[in-house]
Amino acid sequence: MDRPLGLLAELTYGCPLSCPYCSNPLNLADYCDELTTAEWQRVLGEAQELGVLQLHLSGGEPLLRRDLVEIVKTADELGLYTNLITSALGLSRRRAEQLRAAGLDHVQISIQADEPAVSDRIAGTPSFERKVEAARLVKELGWPLTLNVVLHRQNIDRVAELLRLAEEVEADRVELANTQYYGWALRNRDALLPSKAQLERAEMVARAARVRLVGRMDVIYVLPDYYSQYPKPCMGGWGKRQLTVTPNGDALPCPAAHALPLPRANVREDSLARIWTESPLFQRFRGTDWMPEPCRSCFRREIDFGGCRCQAFQLTGDAARTDPVCHLSPDHGIVAETVQAANDGTRPSEEALIRRPHRGRTL
Amino acid sequence: MSTAVSSSSRPELAPYIRLTFDRAREQHVLLGPESVVLLNRTGADILGLCDGQRTVADIVDELQGRYDRVVDNEVQHFIARLVAKRCVEISHG
Repeated sequence: MDRPLGLLAELTYGCPLSCPYCSNPLNLADYCDELTTAEWQRVLGEAQELGVLQLHLSGGEPLLRRDLVEIVKTADELGLYTNLITSALGLSRRRAEQLRAAGLDHVQISIQADEPAVSDRIAGTPSFERKVEAARLVKELGWPLTLNVVLHRQNIDRVAELLRLAEEVEADRVELANTQYYGWALRNRDALLPSKAQLERAEMVARAARVRLVGRMDVIYVLPDYYSQYPKPCMGGWGKRQLTVTPNGDALPCPAAHALPLPRANVREDSLARIWTESPLFQRFRGTDWMPEPCRSCFRREIDFGGCRCQAFQLTGDAARTDPVCHLSPDHGIVAETVQAANDGTRPSEEALIRRPHRGRTL
Repeated sequence: MSTAVSSSSRPELAPYIRLTFDRAREQHVLLGPESVVLLNRTGADILGLCDGQRTVADIVDELQGRYDRVVDNEVQHFIARLVAKRCVEISHG
């Protein structure tokens, strides 16, 4: 069995933003009973012993946790490489300096668009100026900086301008990640899924930038799987390289797996090592034995692992089916229809969006 | 910043990259923003010598004292691959 390389620690689902493509669960209120500082510290120790090297501190907004500096300090003492994944709201100079002293290695800031008004509208709160200021602060304090932009129908036509902004704040990496349709994003899918023409233009701009900026800034462009022939290798395989722990201590093989009808595993009840190696949840889709056709006999079964179990469940009601994104899936029609609708010339470019609430957290 | 690697290049780890020993896997690893590179023993030895002072040629000389057979090109290619991943930086002269 492989050891996990990365742990996504979702410290809280509370967030000052209310982005309509948030990957957090719809039932945010069920996650209010958050792990304590000591519980997180124990989990980090267990993760390091299990082989975790990269720690991604995320949420919600991880800066809402008053003990974030303590958690980072523990991770640093364990030798983990620590990444803060943040909206940047709450990253004051004082807090940033404390995190720097605690050993935080890397900061990733989300930006919703390159224009202040559009960015603030998508985020659901005035935040653009503070994000840009925080990005400059991150560089000033000597951290490597990643800017992350979730792309969709309402901002994908401005990839060139987004890249210019990333250059201006001297980002080391920029992630242009097309929306993945889980949770809140799935509810807003029709309003978010771009057209094929939009995608092709964006990809061309990203590809040219990658060449132009080589050695200065890494440009990562994440394709939307709805437009791919084959599915994405979700998490590098189920229970193979990555794991997630949610604010209340649930351990998951994929951050979207909370929705699957599988037995729960929680770090309050069991050690991370036992959950990783023995729990029915992590065993369920490990390897290739669980696969139905057409995956079972497919030459790509060790390349994409049948795609995403959570997407299969969301779209077909059965997590063990081939990811419907795959053109070989018997359910591919579900995806093809959605894509067709996104390319209907009569669809408006800016439809109303359902927002996630700010919190599922008692403060 | 140049990305070409020659025998006179002086490689060193990029500023945000950490070379460390992973006790769980009992092997050396390179850690950086969103990246993990698992290293074999030779790879770890090469990177241990990438101090910004030694040239690629110096590194090959040192390794020849430790191993039976060291191919100049292989060391250069290994370093070039890590330069492309922005794990290693080089200066000339």
